[in-house]
Amino acid sequence: MTFWLLLTVNSVTFGGLLFLLSAGFSLIFGLMRIPNLTHGSMFMVGAYLGTTFLSGAMGFTVNFWLAATLAAVEVAILGAMMERLLLRRLAGQPLAQVLVTLGVSFMVADLCLMGWGGDPISVTTPPGLSGFVRWGGAAFPLYRMAVIGIAVIFAAALWLMLDRTRLGAMIRAGVDDPEMARVVGIRVSQLFTIVFALGAGLAGFAGMIGGPILSVYPGLDQDMLPLALVVVILGGTGSLLGSFVGSIIIGFIYNFGQALLPELAYFILFLPMVLVLLLRPQGLFGGQIL
Amino acid sequence: MSRKLTSSNVSSRNVSRRAVLAGTAAGAAAALSRFPTPAIAQSEPFRLGLLTVKTGPLAQGGIQMEQGVLTYLKEKNYTIGGRKVDFISADTGGNPAGTKTKAQELVERDKVDVILGPLAAFELYAISDYIKEQKMPTLSLAAADNLTQRLPNPYLLRASATSSQAMQPMGHYAATELKLKRVVTVTEDFAFGYEQIGGFQAAFQQDGGCVVNKLWPPLATPDYTPYVAQIADCDGVCQGFAGSNPLRFMKAYASAGLKYPVVTGETGGDDALLKSYGDEAIGLVGCCPYTLDLETDANHRFIDGMIKNYDAIPGQYAALLYVNCQVVDAALKASGGDAGDKDKFMAALKAVNLTETPRGPLKFDHLNNVIGTFYIRRIGTEGAKYGLKVWNKTIKTYENVSQFWTWPEAEFLAHPVYSRDYPALTKC
Repeated sequence: MTFWLLLTVNSVTFGGLLFLLSAGFSLIFGLMRIPNLTHGSMFMVGAYLGTTFLSGAMGFTVNFWLAATLAAVEVAILGAMMERLLLRRLAGQPLAQVLVTLGVSFMVADLCLMGWGGDPISVTTPPGLSGFVRWGGAAFPLYRMAVIGIAVIFAAALWLMLDRTRLGAMIRAGVDDPEMARVVGIRVSQLFTIVFALGAGLAGFAGMIGGPILSVYPGLDQDMLPLALVVVILGGTGSLLGSFVGSIIIGFIYNFGQALLPELAYFILFLPMVLVLLLRPQGLFGGQIL
Repeated sequence: MSRKLTSSNVSSRNVSRRAVLAGTAAGAAAALSRFPTPAIAQSEPFRLGLLTVKTGPLAQGGIQMEQGVLTYLKEKNYTIGGRKVDFISADTGGNPAGTKTKAQELVERDKVDVILGPLAAFELYAISDYIKEQKMPTLSLAAADNLTQRLPNPYLLRASATSSQAMQPMGHYAATELKLKRVVTVTEDFAFGYEQIGGFQAAFQQDGGCVVNKLWPPLATPDYTPYVAQIADCDGVCQGFAGSNPLRFMKAYASAGLKYPVVTGETGGDDALLKSYGDEAIGLVGCCPYTLDLETDANHRFIDGMIKNYDAIPGQYAALLYVNCQVVDAALKASGGDAGDKDKFMAALKAVNLTETPRGPLKFDHLNNVIGTFYIRRIGTEGAKYGLKVWNKTIKTYENVSQFWTWPEAEFLAHPVYSRDYPALTKC
C-alpha cells in the first residue's frame, strides 16, 4: 500500500516538474517550429544560477524563491539573446537551427563545467518545506507536494495568459498560422523573442525548483532533455493542455515503469512516444493550444 | 584536446642547452668541465602521459585525477627518479573511441614512457589490447576486475583497487559489526555496479548475511524515488553509486523517510562528495582505499598540496593518481632513472613496495593489482576539518586487503567474474 501511495504521489510530483520544463519547450516548438535542444541546458543553467544566488556568492543573500525567480529572469535574458543573435539569422532553416541549438547545448555544458566545477551541488530544501506529511503509513516530503502546487499555479497562470490576454491571443494566432498572423499585423518575429525568453525562463525556473529533488550536476541537461521531448511529442507541440497531460502521463510511466519493470524502464518510457508518432503524429492534443 | 604542461620541461631543456654551451666553453678554456656528457644524456625528460576526462559528466573525477598528478609533480619540482618530467595530459572525452585515439597520440606522437589512467572501465577495455601490443606500462584507475584476474594484462598495474576490492571488506563489516541480516542492494546498471555488488554479496553472505533484492537503475536516472519505493523487507541497504549519483540517491532515500542503515563502496562515500553532502548522508558507512582522515605525514603533505594548489578537498581520484605518481617515482629510482626497456621498467613498477603514501602502505600481487589498506568510514559531523560540514570518520581499518579478499586465489578465480547474476539471489 505504501509502495503504491509513494509512487502515485511521486508520479504527480515528477509530472509537475516535467510540466514546468516542457511547457516552454512546447510553446517554442509550436510557434517557431524549432525543437530547441538547448532546453535541457536552460534547465541546468537555471539550477546553477539559482544555487549561486542562494549561496550568497553574488555578494547578497536571497531566499530560495527569490533565487529561483532571479535565475529564471537571467535565463530568460539568455534565451532572448540566443533567439535574437543566433536563431534569428537562421530563420526558415529548421535543420540549421536544430544543429545550432545542439551545438550551443554542448558549449553551455562545458562552460558550466568550467564555471561551477564537476562536483554535484546539493540544493537545500527551502525552510518550512523540509518535513514530511505522514499519510497511510507512508511519508511524503512536503517539498515534493509543494512542487505539485507550483506546477498547478503556473499551469493556471499560463492558461490565463494565453486565453485572456492580448499577448496570448497573438501567440495563439502565431501557433495556428504564422503567415496569416503576420498578414493581420501581428509582429510575429517579436513574438518569437518573447516566447523564446518565456520558455527559457520557465526552464530555468524549473531547474531551480527541481534542485532540491535532483541536485545540480554536469549532465543534468542531457538527463532532462529527452524527458521534455517525450512529453511534448506525446502531448502535442504548441499545446499547453498537451504538455500538462503529457507531463502527468510521463510522470506515471517513469515512476511505475522503473518500479515495476526496471529492465524495460526506458522501453516503456519511449514506447508511448513511438506509438503517438505512428498513430497520431500531431500528439494527443496537437493543434489545440489550450 | 591534449595540453602539454611544459613550462618546467622547457626550462630543463634550456638548462641543458646552456649546460652544453657552458661545458663547451669550459672545455675550450681547458677548465674543469662541470657538465660531463652523461649528465646531458640523463637530462632527457621522463615523459609522463595522463589519460583523463575533463569534459562531460565524468569530468568531476577526471579533473581531480589531473590535480592529483600535478600536486605530486609540483611537490617534487617536476623531478622524479632523478629525471625532469615532461607531463602530457590528454582529455579522452569519457568515451572509448576518444580514449583509443588519445592513447595512440600519447604513445606514438608524444612518445610517453608511462601512461596514467584512464578513468572508466570501458575506456580501459578500449585500450587494453593496444597497450599490450605497444608494451606500454599503464597505471590505471579504472576498476574492471578481470584485467587483473582472469584476463590479466602484463603491462597494466593497478594501484587503486578492483571494483569489488572495497566492497568485500564492506560486506564483511556489514555482517559482522553492523549485524545486518537482510540487505537490498541498489546501484547503476553497468559493470562497475555489478562487480561492486557481487563483491559485497559474496563477502556478506559468507559471513551469514543475505541479499534479498538487487535493484539496477539506469546510469542516467534523475529521480531515484521509484527505486527507493522498492526497498522493503530488509534491515539495511547497500548502494554502489558513482559520480553525482550517490548524492541524488541519498536525497531520494531521505525524502522517502527510510531509516535503514546504508552502506556503500569507494565512490558512494568518496571524500570529494563531502562538500555536496548534507543531512541526508549522516550515518552512511562506506569502505574506501583512501581516507581524508588518515593522520600521516604523507597524507597531510598530499592534502596540503591539493588545498594550496587547487583550493580543493581531495577525494580518492586525486589521491590514487598521486599514489600512482609515487609508484612511478619509486620504480624509476630503482631502475636508476632508466625507463627505456619497457619490460624491465614494468618489472620495476611491479616490485614497488611503499609504506609512506596518502593511502597507507601498498604492494602488488603477481597479477599486478594492489594489496593495501582499506578504511571503513562513517559520515557524521564530528571532527570535520578543512571547512567541511560533514566528515568521514574511520571506524575500522583492514590491512593488506587483496583483490581476492580472504579466499584463496585459485578458488576465487574459479568463479565467473562478478556480474548482474553472479552471485545469484538465494532464498532467505
